Amino acid sequence: MAEITANSRLAAAKGRLDTVAMLKEAGLTALVMFALTVGLVGFEVRDIPGGLALFTRFDDVAVAVLLGFFGRMALFLLREGHPRPVAIIGGPLVLLLVLVLAADVWFTGAGDVAASESIRSWLPFNSIIVVWVIAIISVFIAARAILAIRRASSTVTVEEREARADHVAAQVQKIGRYVGPALLAFALLYPFLPFVNRQLLDISVLVVTYMMLGWGLNIVVGLAGLLDLGYVAFYAVGAYSYALLGTKLDMSFWVCLPFAGFMAATAGVILGFPVLRLRGDYLAIVTLGFGEMIRVILLNWYDVTRGPDGISNIPRPSFFGLPFTRRPPEGTESFHTFFGLEYTPVDRLIFLYYLILAMAMITNLFTMRIRKLPVGRAWEALREDETACRSLGVNPTNTKLTAFGIGAMFGGFAGSFFATRQGFISPESFTFIESAVILAIVVLGGFGSQLGVIVAAILLIGLPEFFRELQQYRMLAFGAAMVLIMVWRPAGLLAHREPTIRLHPRSGPADKTAPQSAE
Amino acid sequence: MSAQAAPLAAEQALLSVEHLTMRFGGLVAIDDVSFAARDREITAIIGPNGAGKTTVFNCLTGFYKPTVGRLGLSHPQKGVMLLEQMEGFRIAQQAGVARTFQNIRLFAKMTVLENLIVAQHNHLMRASGYTVLGLFGLGVYRHAEKDAVDKARYWLDRIHLTDKADWDAGNLPYGDQRRLEIARAMCIDPILLCLDEPAAGLNPRESHELNELLQFIRDEHKIGVLLIEHDMSVVMEISDHIIVLDYGRKISDGDPDFVRNDPNVIRAYLGEEEEEELPPEVAQDLSSRTDGGPEGRDDS
Repeated sequence: MAEITANSRLAAAKGRLDTVAMLKEAGLTALVMFALTVGLVGFEVRDIPGGLALFTRFDDVAVAVLLGFFGRMALFLLREGHPRPVAIIGGPLVLLLVLVLAADVWFTGAGDVAASESIRSWLPFNSIIVVWVIAIISVFIAARAILAIRRASSTVTVEEREARADHVAAQVQKIGRYVGPALLAFALLYPFLPFVNRQLLDISVLVVTYMMLGWGLNIVVGLAGLLDLGYVAFYAVGAYSYALLGTKLDMSFWVCLPFAGFMAATAGVILGFPVLRLRGDYLAIVTLGFGEMIRVILLNWYDVTRGPDGISNIPRPSFFGLPFTRRPPEGTESFHTFFGLEYTPVDRLIFLYYLILAMAMITNLFTMRIRKLPVGRAWEALREDETACRSLGVNPTNTKLTAFGIGAMFGGFAGSFFATRQGFISPESFTFIESAVILAIVVLGGFGSQLGVIVAAILLIGLPEFFRELQQYRMLAFGAAMVLIMVWRPAGLLAHREPTIRLHPRSGPADKTAPQSAE
Repeated sequence: MSAQAAPLAAEQALLSVEHLTMRFGGLVAIDDVSFAARDREITAIIGPNGAGKTTVFNCLTGFYKPTVGRLGLSHPQKGVMLLEQMEGFRIAQQAGVARTFQNIRLFAKMTVLENLIVAQHNHLMRASGYTVLGLFGLGVYRHAEKDAVDKARYWLDRIHLTDKADWDAGNLPYGDQRRLEIARAMCIDPILLCLDEPAAGLNPRESHELNELLQFIRDEHKIGVLLIEHDMSVVMEISDHIIVLDYGRKISDGDPDFVRNDPNVIRAYLGEEEEEELPPEVAQDLSSRTDGGPEGRDDS
């Protein structure tokens, strides 16, 4: 039946359904599911006082088997061109599950443990995680059923869908001229909005930090096309530069900031010199190794970095020399005494938020500006074809080095912000997973798309932080989301390249009045 | 070696290649080739597949370092420059040698206009104060960028792509891409333009347009053009001077009429004359194609 095209699916739906084959396939899947889960899930060894004890979890096995059976059945129906019954049964089920989970998350978030407990006691399963798994799988199947029904009635090809997605991205970027300033205004007012509490503000500071890192890496990966898997190394260099200068030489954050950027840029150039003749995968591997090297150096150079103990008591940033402390030392003033305010610890958080917002905006504006300069165009040209660049007299080494150095510099800035925000850093914070997350932000947002980085940073950093209750399962969801994006929109969410210069202005006044804004 | 119909003294030549040899391990791709190309002339390099034409280009434009040989370019301002001693990108940047590629190498995801502006990179870099001044949007850079757009527009008009200036270069039809690549090479203000099979894959109308474009470049911009080509209608119509390579050696050198009738060339393209076992009608057919020229041999 594989040769059935989308258009003939509904026609096939009128054909007879092979019930026996369906039950056979579903039964086989259930059997495999049983074999897989009975040992791994069915038995659990628990640590009890006085030794270990064997517990059983056969109800979870039953759930898995049933899920396999009905899930396979639904997939069979979809494959054979019967999406309607799947949608009719799956739709309400999904709705129900989502409602239950939403209520649970809501009550847990609001701190109403009793309500959430009572919801959970209604469920036939031990653990809310099982409901999550069922919900995610059912959402997936129901989405496929609905897509199948829609596809059967429309004749859109994959190319048309891609073109449409690109068009949507272009539209988003076009209204980005208005969305950009609106977003900025929102970001500026954000700490004072009524629903923003301390936790939310803390998450936002983190999200904006990653936004800045994403924009910084976007220069290297998105514009210059150099796949850098060790970006966190520059973040680490910036953080340690500030931490060491701040603690050992008592230099202030503002003095150290440019220095940290400079150190990171130097690290970028030093790395760049030998490796930039490599291309593609080879470059990625070397940068990956470089990232690990920096971490290992930080871990082992105990005299300077204090190794795994990390550096603590890193000076906090001050507001033009005014620290955010409750009781300033005799004879000095702090932020709240100078302005005659009541002391609140949130003041510092708000200050940190504005600080990182300003740094991130500078990164963004810098990137948008440099794209329209010769060096930015040369980066993009190098990404497209290095040989052609050389034949046009573009110095490939210098051009790549500037991209590497500038990207590293912004990583360094973000790193020193990280150090001053945490007050404590150790090599633990600069593992490969950080590089992977930053790269994921760039890829998910769409290579070279500034707005895409914002969306991706919120999705990848904000949401997981928000759903911390789900513990390690959020990494599962993170992975699933990445897979889905790669399947549906491999170029990234908002991948659309806006030309840096036009010969014919596009129709519409917006183009002439606002030649540069958030793209 | 055949007698040279129009021997060129090195002093009056724009480019003089002397004893160029290129070996890849045991393979001798070019064997002691010397020739010269003059200013305001179209010099064609022809030869069967595998004769070493593209290797000559790669040596000239710095993609290969020649094993032996001297590649002298007499630059009107800077005197004689030895290309074999220069790093790849500097040959374009300082000596003013531009090239195109056999398989088109445009910046596919950038627009047509951007392609032409990237070609003016070095000039614009200086105008933007190596990025520092440009970041602050100073007038110097804005002027320079405007001039760059004007130059791009001049070439766009010339290659009839003004309407498509904001298209992605990768979306252009094949013939347009070929012409755009030539225009892009011209945007670096070269004194020698090297074209690697510019007419490959063009239909007769497009290749006629190409001829006009090349003649325009030669006559109006007064630069030397070096051309590798298989399409004999292009070569014979526009070349002022033809060099024939076979198995890495130069077998003929002269104006089109001389080369067309050079027995060495005929032998290289059609095989030895002793091969009389060909049926008479095939032999007749082959000899009648000598003017048009076959596409080369398959034994590359």
